[in-house]
Amino acid sequence: MSERLSAAFRKNRAALVTFVTAGDPSAEKTGDILDALVEGGADVIELGMPFTDPMADGPSIQAGSLRALKGGMTLKGTLEIARAFRGRHPDVPLILMGYLNPALAYGPHFARDAAAAGVDGLILVDLPPEEDAELGGALRGEGLSLVRLATPTTDRNRLPAVLEGASGFLYYVSVAGVTGTRAADTADVAEAVGRIKAETDLPVAVGFGIRTAEQAADIARIADGVVVGSAIVDLIGENAADPATAVRNYVTKLSQAIETAA
Amino acid sequence: MSSSPLPSLPDERGHFGQFGGRYVAETLMPLILELEREYRRAQADPAFKAQFEDLLQHYVGRPSPLYFAERLTDAVGGAKIYLKRDELNHTGAHKINNCIGQILLARRMGKTRIIAETGAGQHGVATATVCARFGLPCTIYMGAKDMERQQPNVFRMRLLGAEVRGVTAGRATLKDAMNEALRDWVASVSDTYYLIGTAAGPHPYPELVRDFQSVIGKEAKSQLEKAEGRLPDLLIAAIGGGSNAIGLFHPFLNDESVRMIGVEAAGRGLDGPDHAASLAGGKPGVLHGNKTYLLQDDDGQIIEGHSISAGLDYPGIGPEHSWLHESGRVDYRSATDEEALDAFQMLCRSEGIIPALEPSHALAVVRTEAARMRSDEIVIANLCGRGDKDIFTVAEALGVDL
Ligand SMILES: Cc1ncc(COP(=O)(O)O)c(C=O)c1O
Repeated sequence: MSERLSAAFRKNRAALVTFVTAGDPSAEKTGDILDALVEGGADVIELGMPFTDPMADGPSIQAGSLRALKGGMTLKGTLEIARAFRGRHPDVPLILMGYLNPALAYGPHFARDAAAAGVDGLILVDLPPEEDAELGGALRGEGLSLVRLATPTTDRNRLPAVLEGASGFLYYVSVAGVTGTRAADTADVAEAVGRIKAETDLPVAVGFGIRTAEQAADIARIADGVVVGSAIVDLIGENAADPATAVRNYVTKLSQAIETAA
Repeated sequence: MSSSPLPSLPDERGHFGQFGGRYVAETLMPLILELEREYRRAQADPAFKAQFEDLLQHYVGRPSPLYFAERLTDAVGGAKIYLKRDELNHTGAHKINNCIGQILLARRMGKTRIIAETGAGQHGVATATVCARFGLPCTIYMGAKDMERQQPNVFRMRLLGAEVRGVTAGRATLKDAMNEALRDWVASVSDTYYLIGTAAGPHPYPELVRDFQSVIGKEAKSQLEKAEGRLPDLLIAAIGGGSNAIGLFHPFLNDESVRMIGVEAAGRGLDGPDHAASLAGGKPGVLHGNKTYLLQDDDGQIIEGHSISAGLDYPGIGPEHSWLHESGRVDYRSATDEEALDAFQMLCRSEGIIPALEPSHALAVVRTEAARMRSDEIVIANLCGRGDKDIFTVAEALGVDL
C-alpha cells in the first residue's frame, strides 16, 4: 500500500474520505474543488471516473457523472486532473473510483498510467473478487491498492474472498442500496465493522448515506474512515458558479466534527 | 470449423471464453451466487422440469408450429423456408418461455416481489403475465421514451396488475431501464427477484435464459425431423440481447452441417451511428454484469443503439453470442430498418402473417440467403413475435396516418 494512504489512516482520529467526480462541472473547477477538499480537511480523495451507466449510484452521482461527460471529461482527462493534483499535493492520497469499462477501454497501460499520474489506488464498483483477474493483477503490479467493498449482504462465508487481494483500506458500504440514499443504523454499522476488523488488519472506512456533521461524528467513533460523496456532489450541482467555496465550507464542518469525536 | 464438439459453456465461473462472467456490485454477489445454487438444484429436480413443461403446454400453448412457408418459399425462389411460430405463444412472443422458467425459480427461492426491465414492452408484458398467474407483485422499469413509443404495451402491463415505472435517467431507453432495475435490486435483495428478459446479465442469467429458450430449438429439431427426416441447413434469427436466437441455435450447435446466422439491427446503416449492431460496430467491454461486445466510444462510454424495432436497440449482446462470433460457429449479419420493413410487408402478403419488427430483420436475411440456396435445402427462421405491437411504428414509417 502507498505510504500516503497508510499515513492517512494512522492519525489519532478517523480519516475523512471525500468523493467528487472528475470533470464535474469542468476539468478546471474540479482542480479547485479538490484543493477545497484538502483545505477543508479531507484526508483521502476519491476521484470519480465518470461513466454513462453508473448502475450502483443514486440520482446525485448519476447527475454529477452526466455533467462531467457533457463537459467532455474522459479517463485520460481524469488522469490529467490526478497528475496535476499530485503536483500540488504530494502527500494527500488519491483513489480513483468508478466502473470497469472505461478502464478496460483505456487499454493495457491503464494501471501504469494511473500509477505514473500519482494515483494511490482504485475502487471498481463492478469488479468483484470473482473477476479480479480482469484488472487486479495489473493494478497491484504497479503498486496500486485495489480497495474492495463489503456490504450488509457480505456474510461471514464470503468476507474472506473479499479480503483476499484487498489493499489500502476496506470500504464498508453500510446500506444495501445505491449511493446517496438513506443512512444506516449506527449500531448495525458498529456491529458490521467489528465483524470485519476481526478478520483483517486493513483500516475500515464506512460510506453511503452520510450527509451531516453529526452522522460523520457518529461513524468516526466506530470506524477508521468516514466516506462522504453524494452530499458533496449535490453541493457542486447546486453551486455552479463557485462550487469550491461551498465544498470547502461543508468539508470543514465535517472534519471538525470528526476531530471533536476523536 | 473443427470437428470436435464445442466445449460445454459457460465454465464454472460463468465465462464463455473471455465473455460473460459476474461483474456486479458486491451487494448483489451473494444473491447471484444463491441464484446459481438454486438453478442447479432446479435442474436436478424432475418436478421443476415437469411444472415448466406443463405450463409451456397448457398456458403458453407449446409446442409452437414449425410451418412450411410455401408462398414465401416460391416468392424467394431457393431453399425451403420453415418458420418457427413462436409468435403464436401466449402474449405474442418468445419472451414468455423464459418468464415461465424464471418465475418458477423465483418461487423456489422464496422471493415475493419481481422486477424486470423492458424495451418494447414484450418482456414487460410477459413478466406481468406470469406475475399475475402466480399472484406476485411486480415492478417493470421502462425508459420514458419507450413508454411513449409503446403505449399499448404499457396499458397491457397495467391491466395485468404491474406497476410500470418510467425511467428518465440517461437516455431513457432500454439500457437505462436495466440500470434502474439493477438499482432497485441492490436496495431490495432480500425479497426481490430480478427477472432479466434476454440472454445477458451476470452469470447465471445468460445460461438459464438460454436453457429456458432452448425449447424453441429442441422443438424445431424434432418437428423438422418429422416433416423432412433431416436436419435443417440453415437457421436464422434476429438478435437484440440474443435470447430467441440462442434458444433456436443452441440445440444445433454440435450439428456441424447446420449453418447459423444471427441478424443484428443495422438501423439507418452501419456506416453511421444509428444502429444497434454490437458485434459489427462494437468492441468487448463490461456492462450490466457481463463482458461482451458493446457499442461504446473510445473512452468506454456506452453509445445508445438505434433500430426501428424497440426490441433490438440494446447496445450490448448476450455473451454467448460474442463467443460464438469469435469462435466462428455462428455467422452474424445485420439488416437495416428499411430491409426489415420490406421483409415485414412481404410476409404479411405472402403468408398472411404479420410479424414483429424484430423477426422481420431475420426475414430480411432469409430472403437473400434462401435465394442463394438449392430448392432441396432447408432454412428455419425464428418468427419470435407477432406484429400487433408494431403497427403504429410501421404505419408511421410507411407514411400512413392512423
Ligand atoms: C419479438 C421480439 N423478438 C426479439 C426481441 C429481442 O430480444 P432477444 O434478442 O433476446 O430475443 C424482442 C425484445 O423485446 C422481441 O420482443
